[in-house]
Amino acid sequence: MSHVTKNKFTYGSPPNEQLLESGLKLGPITIAYETLGELNESKDNVILICHAFTGDSHVAGHYEKEPEDTPPGWWDFMVGPEKGIDTNRYFVICCNILGSCMGSTGPASINPATNKPYGLDFPMVTIGDMVNSQKHLLDHLGIKKLRSVIGGSIGGMQVLEWCIRYPEMVTSAIPIATTMRHSALAIAFNEVARQAIMADPDWNNGDYYNDAGPHHGLAVARMIGHVTYLSDEAMRRKFGRQLQDKEDFSFNFGVDFQVESYLHHQGTKFVKRFDANSVLYLTKAGDYFDLKSSEHTDESLHDLRDNRSKFLIISYTSDWLYPTYQARELVQGLKRSRQDVSFCEIEADCGHDAFLIQDKRLTKLIKGFLDGLTIS
Amino acid sequence: MASQSPKHLRFDLMIIASWIKPGARILDLGCGHGDLLAYLKEHKQIQGTGIEQNKEKAAACIERGLSVLQGDIKEEVDDYPDAAFDVVILSQTLQQVYQPDVLLKSLSRIGKQVIVSFPNFSHYRIRLQLFLKGQAPKSRQLPFSWYDTPNIRVITLADFRKFSKDVGYTIVKECAINTHDQEKSGRIVTLFSNLRATYGIFLIENETP
Repeated sequence: MSHVTKNKFTYGSPPNEQLLESGLKLGPITIAYETLGELNESKDNVILICHAFTGDSHVAGHYEKEPEDTPPGWWDFMVGPEKGIDTNRYFVICCNILGSCMGSTGPASINPATNKPYGLDFPMVTIGDMVNSQKHLLDHLGIKKLRSVIGGSIGGMQVLEWCIRYPEMVTSAIPIATTMRHSALAIAFNEVARQAIMADPDWNNGDYYNDAGPHHGLAVARMIGHVTYLSDEAMRRKFGRQLQDKEDFSFNFGVDFQVESYLHHQGTKFVKRFDANSVLYLTKAGDYFDLKSSEHTDESLHDLRDNRSKFLIISYTSDWLYPTYQARELVQGLKRSRQDVSFCEIEADCGHDAFLIQDKRLTKLIKGFLDGLTIS
Repeated sequence: MASQSPKHLRFDLMIIASWIKPGARILDLGCGHGDLLAYLKEHKQIQGTGIEQNKEKAAACIERGLSVLQGDIKEEVDDYPDAAFDVVILSQTLQQVYQPDVLLKSLSRIGKQVIVSFPNFSHYRIRLQLFLKGQAPKSRQLPFSWYDTPNIRVITLADFRKFSKDVGYTIVKECAINTHDQEKSGRIVTLFSNLRATYGIFLIENETP
């Protein structure tokens, strides 16, 4: 398989900055993106994949110059030649989201006004702002029609926002393990994660880019996140009450249980690759997302009536972050606005993150749904 | 198009399919593996949606490119706007419904017409079993014992006609059939249908639309 490249597209230099939902302006903006497959002549074989919270544009495949044991992109089991999203047929685009730190503009990027990282001077960005930035990229690439927009979790929110903002562009949409709005439970976990970062003295009001940064706070934030991505069943199956490298309790506050060791490991790993301020901004964007109250979506799904897109909604039985009842609410809204909607709940004990774990059922659903699209 | 329409549609489904106009908006309740929807999509170019409780079956439908919702019929039908469909199909499910009158009312709200089919409980073989053996009857169409059957209603063609009249539906079309060979083939019964038909298929609509 040929290698993938991380590309960058920059737009919005003053005075053409992007107007954000908050009313503030941001520019220039760089969007990191990767593509797989070939764009056909009529430019109608495009599939846009939206990544989740801490994901990146590296959806599948390998970069050219990387050590041999480097794992492939985050959805490699789904995207590639003859896979669920077949890159022999489709031209796949995946952008790193605005506000992230994996190549697109975010709080760790240099603020042209000060020549220093933005830190907390970075304006608040919403899911809608992320989608608008992706639209800028598609305009640049000359793409006017999307065969499908696909994404899980916060990626699923982007999918829904795409359908509301640019319905004429969206032929079909697959929102996976997602919601029309965060529940109090989801906001609560995000707030605990943010507080963990901000309570770390090394956070220094977001101005830490010349120092080590809030490693401990960021690791704790990730540990909390991981708990919400798993499930009671998965944690019981994986760890139970097993002890880590010992026969008996240590009777101190070191690591006793395997689950503690796992969370520590996840926290440490995350600190190496992600920016703490980005966690603050992106979690807030997730919390603000509300398909019904968003300014451009007064009647939200109702507005879709004239544009009949095809939807496939997928939820997981053990997802307690965005439980199935929230997916069903979305289905309900789409039915009321006369959309062509399919829904399936997948039995899986892996919790919210199930869509990132190889599972033939998800692959077959997505493949069948895409194959069944009638292209006008 | 991914959906491959089956070569042998069940005989009762063939009758139902013959009643559907090309291009119609169809809702198939309890659509199973989606054979009828796939057939109608290919042969009548319908805009079809199915509802199926069983997750594996619903997934199988989506995998063949059909629009199908996994869920409970009586909850799912409430969300659709009035007259969202030209025809709503309730095929061989009425005998399993807890409140058939409530369900049919919902169906006639979301569909301009409703097709209902069910196994006829007054078929002579069923009557003979009860009469001669004195036991709850079993048949190919209703193969369960009294203690493990999902079929909580016993309906006859005559019962359904009376029910339609009582709740205010017009029977636009009806067809009594006798099926054999694993239901793949069969024939239409015109004489003494309540006694001789294994299934009844009715096309009904609201008297006051």
